[in-house]
Amino acid sequence: MTPLHYYLLLSALLFSIGLAGALARRNAIMVLIGVELMLNAANLNFIAFWRFSPNAEALQGVMFVLFSIAIAAAEAAVGLALIIAIYRHYKTANLDEADSMKG
Amino acid sequence: MNWIVQNLWLVPALPLLAAGLTALAKQPARRLAASLAIGSMVLAFFLSCAAFALTLRDPSARFTHNFDWFVLGETVLKLGWVLDPLTAAMLVMITFVGALIFIFSIGYMAHDGNFTRFFCFLSLFAAAMLGLVIANSLLLLFMCWEVVGFASYILIGFWFHKPSAAAAAKKAFITTRIGDVFFFLGILWLYAETGTLLFYDGGNGCLEQSALAKLVGQSTVIGMAVSTAIALLIFCGAIGKSGQVPLHVWLPDAMEGPTPVSALIHAATMVAAGVFLVARVYPLMEAVPASNMVFPAFNTVAAAMGHPNAPKELMNDTNVTALGKELGFRDGQGKTKPRPVKQGVTTALQAVTWIGAITALFAALVAVAQTDVKRILAYSTVSQLGFMFMGLGVGGVAVGMFHLLTHAFFKALLFLGAGSVIHGCHEEQDIRRMGGLRKFMPVTFATYAVGMMALSGVPLFFSGFWSKDEILHAAALWSPSKWPFLLGLCAAFLTACYMTRQMWFVFFAPRSSRGDETHSETPDESEPPHVGCYENNVPHENPPVMTLPLGILAACAVLLSVFGTPVWPWFHDYLSGHAAHPKASIEVSTLLVMMLSAVIALGGIALGWRFYSRRGPKTAEDPDPLEQKFPNAFATLRGKFFIDELYEMSVIRWNAACARACRWLDEAVWDNVVRAVSLLALGFSWVNKLLDDFVVNFGFDQGCRGLRLGAWLLSLWQNGQAQRYLRVIGLALTIGALFFIWGCK
Repeated sequence: MTPLHYYLLLSALLFSIGLAGALARRNAIMVLIGVELMLNAANLNFIAFWRFSPNAEALQGVMFVLFSIAIAAAEAAVGLALIIAIYRHYKTANLDEADSMKG
Repeated sequence: MNWIVQNLWLVPALPLLAAGLTALAKQPARRLAASLAIGSMVLAFFLSCAAFALTLRDPSARFTHNFDWFVLGETVLKLGWVLDPLTAAMLVMITFVGALIFIFSIGYMAHDGNFTRFFCFLSLFAAAMLGLVIANSLLLLFMCWEVVGFASYILIGFWFHKPSAAAAAKKAFITTRIGDVFFFLGILWLYAETGTLLFYDGGNGCLEQSALAKLVGQSTVIGMAVSTAIALLIFCGAIGKSGQVPLHVWLPDAMEGPTPVSALIHAATMVAAGVFLVARVYPLMEAVPASNMVFPAFNTVAAAMGHPNAPKELMNDTNVTALGKELGFRDGQGKTKPRPVKQGVTTALQAVTWIGAITALFAALVAVAQTDVKRILAYSTVSQLGFMFMGLGVGGVAVGMFHLLTHAFFKALLFLGAGSVIHGCHEEQDIRRMGGLRKFMPVTFATYAVGMMALSGVPLFFSGFWSKDEILHAAALWSPSKWPFLLGLCAAFLTACYMTRQMWFVFFAPRSSRGDETHSETPDESEPPHVGCYENNVPHENPPVMTLPLGILAACAVLLSVFGTPVWPWFHDYLSGHAAHPKASIEVSTLLVMMLSAVIALGGIALGWRFYSRRGPKTAEDPDPLEQKFPNAFATLRGKFFIDELYEMSVIRWNAACARACRWLDEAVWDNVVRAVSLLALGFSWVNKLLDDFVVNFGFDQGCRGLRLGAWLLSLWQNGQAQRYLRVIGLALTIGALFFIWGCK
């Protein structure tokens, strides 16, 4: 059986890639993809800790992840809708130009 | 029937509107200005004719329209206008002469850059003058009187870039102001005594029976009745405005203005305002003390000018005798008896007569020696105004007013003729440098000759003869003294002389002899030599826009004589309010005076003609023949009796010293006091500012500055870019993780 820290490393890697993508990319869709990656890294952690927990029969981790995925799907839909709205408004998906909410 | 009475205000309002519109026009609009001015004047003329027709129907009626101006507590200040024969005749004259002069101005001012301004001012003047004539309140009359004076001021100074014109304007304004101060005092006194300034107010006006009775009942200094004192004060205003003797100095100088202005304002209308004023307040002038008040005054006050409400029975029974006398007299029954002496020979009327008579002679004397074509006419105007006052004093309203009206026509004609000559000679005004113009300007010559004969009083066909004759006749019958009559005769004689002299110089003198000598030797007579006023080219006749008004005025100068002959004294009857009727016969005295004045006028002309056509100077530099004969007397006359110099030495020097003292006080004392106070205030405010900046507000200001810096720093994060926010979150996460790890160790 694969040891736990492999999962955690993979999860950390995923999170870092997602964070880097979310911070570095200018295209809103790519930022959204980065956010999704970070979310999935968290899901992977849930699953891993559940699998290695002493009380695996309770299915707590799976439940959390299922809810999380469902909410992530809703969030993606809302995020994409926002991006489309922004695109229609600004005629671009570049986040640097969508800065009208600055203080 | 009362439409015109209700709307009489339109007559002055129309020119006022024209003046306002012209003033507001965006850029100099020549055509607009001229057509507005003339159009308004013509409309006003038609309205005046309507008013005139109304008064013709019943000359004894007087229509008034009064309204409240404002209310001060209990006191109601009323203004209003009045329509009676006096007003109507003046209205028609002013609008008619005014319209003609406006038309003439189109030609005369054609080359002037300020054409629009000129017409604006002329319209303003006409409005004020018409307002003055219709006023039924001494206050309204005074306001218009002052506006008229102001219009005169701006029009005399129309060419203000000439220092002489600016000085003349100032002189005119200040000199008339001296008279106006007394006039204003008279108004105040009258208001204090009677409580009203309305002339006619259904029995309550200040010229009506009750007020007059009250005024004559009281006496003031040196036993004068209050009415006399007030009348004299008001007459002072008339002296100033009409250029009578002590205050005449401004009128000749006023000729610096454009010639149409001289014609309209300083000959035909404004200067006659003084005469009109005296005629308007005539009931006050002739009010006699109550003791011998068998209503001789009332004869004129109420019966003649009769308000519809005037008590009829009074009119009838008190005047039966007087009227009977007069009628009997007219029928020639009272042969030897002198005309029933006007019992209104009051102190005020005597003053009017004497001032008028002295002025008439004085100005006629001065006019003999002048060389400026307009100045001669100006002194002639002063002299004729003197005649008018004399007529008012000795003969009553109708006598003076008839001369006013005829004079307005022929003097306007003469001034316009002079303007035509000046225009045709390229702005030459010295009569010695003119000459022979009758060939070049036939229309001007013919009309000028008509005016000259009317002014000199050539018998039978010219209006001036009849009006002047009426004055002389009344003067001959004046009971207090015969001197005014003699003075008037001399003045009439001199009038004929100086007008002949002027005619000879301008129109008859040999042409080639005028101007500078270098060219005067030109042997060829047929070719116009380039001398004097013909410097550039020969004098030319003016366009019809200038000669047509001359023709119309000349016709009037002749035709007006129809209305004032002793045989059919229509104007006299019209003004005094009874129906006109031809007289069956003429008194012997009338015939005598007529013949005398005819002889005087013709004699003056003949003498002048013989004198000048024989011994007239050959060149412009030659001395006047009179000067050769009587050098000292002529120098005195040319120097205008040195009245100006006398004033210069006495009043003006004193006044200037006073002014200098005031100026010194102002500059050296009051200015320094003001400056010290202002410096003090400045010092205080500096201290205040320092306290404010460095003590009171210092801490607060520093706090504000710090807050602003912090806010600026914070706002750097909030740049609206989603990724900046994300980065902050990421940084915070990293730091949090590092703390966590460090904490775990």
